[in-house]
Amino acid sequence: MSTTTTSVEETTTGSVWNGGMAPLKASYGKLMMWFFLLSDAFTFSSLLISYGMIRYAWPAYQGEVEDFVFSQEYWPIPEKVFDAVPLLHGVSLPLVFVGIMTFILILSSVTMVLAVEAGHRMDKKDVTKWMLWTLVGGVAFLGCQAWEWSHFIHGTDEGGMMPDGSIFYGANLTQNQYGPPLFADLFFFITGFHGFHVFSGVMLNFLIFYQATVGVFERRGHYEMVEKVGLYWHFVDLVWVFVFTFFYLI
Amino acid sequence: MAQLDEATTVNVQPKDQKKINQLWRIAGILAIVTAIEFALAYILPRGPLLYFTFVALTLVKAFYIVAEFMHLKGEVKTLIWSIAIPTIFVIWLVIALLAEGSSVFELKF
Repeated sequence: MSTTTTSVEETTTGSVWNGGMAPLKASYGKLMMWFFLLSDAFTFSSLLISYGMIRYAWPAYQGEVEDFVFSQEYWPIPEKVFDAVPLLHGVSLPLVFVGIMTFILILSSVTMVLAVEAGHRMDKKDVTKWMLWTLVGGVAFLGCQAWEWSHFIHGTDEGGMMPDGSIFYGANLTQNQYGPPLFADLFFFITGFHGFHVFSGVMLNFLIFYQATVGVFERRGHYEMVEKVGLYWHFVDLVWVFVFTFFYLI
Repeated sequence: MAQLDEATTVNVQPKDQKKINQLWRIAGILAIVTAIEFALAYILPRGPLLYFTFVALTLVKAFYIVAEFMHLKGEVKTLIWSIAIPTIFVIWLVIALLAEGSSVFELKF
């Protein structure tokens, strides 16, 4: 490591602008990943804060949580909307399924950081093993989200009363049985944008898994690519932590 | 080609079990904090106290993910601040848009 540092210094002496330097002691790729993630954090913040603003602009439900019913008049209590679990039809289990999804994402974050750690040790076998587990976690999360969307779109057995007096089941961008249409819009936009990030993360993870398996990084001499994609994957987990709190819990 | 293979033989370094245990410990913390949030959603009545607790626990989780999993703690100070300081804008946006939401509510209802 020390030998490579000196060679970099020698070649760039007196020509800082020709590249080859590592400002802030982080490589170009890692640094740019950090600033991309910062900008992405702003995007997600805007979405979540817009949710806060729109929710504040609507009347809140007044009364006991137990007596809550869906209405177009006020903002729904999220835990009353997301209380379904696969194979347990009709049983009200608030937040259980979302909790499971959160655990899946946390676990796949650990396996990712273990892959990064194995990369530092040049341990190809461990990198492939942990990348594979990370992929499993990511795909499982996407599967869960697909189910959740499907349930949200198709609705409950009872459905909900629309302003014109008809009964509507589920939700789309203009009609929503759970409350104001904007609630469904924000659900689709926020979890959809996050889900798309998970999807691209799974794609990148697969790429890294494949390249590690065929020995690309071993020939290159370092596993920094695992670290950069790892940053992205942890960020996706970080965003979900905020979505979980501000969309589902509060 | 055979020569190249010999030249690029990698020596796998041994596992640092302490480091690996530390990573699992942080995963445990994240899981426990999530479990606490989940339990509080059932136990505490909905209101400002519960919301404040949720936000505080979320920031705890965010700190562990960014500092430990993303290794920001190990980067140089300048990089840490370059990432941390711009998030002030997010705090401003929270204040601005929540105030905006309240005034829209006043106008409509």
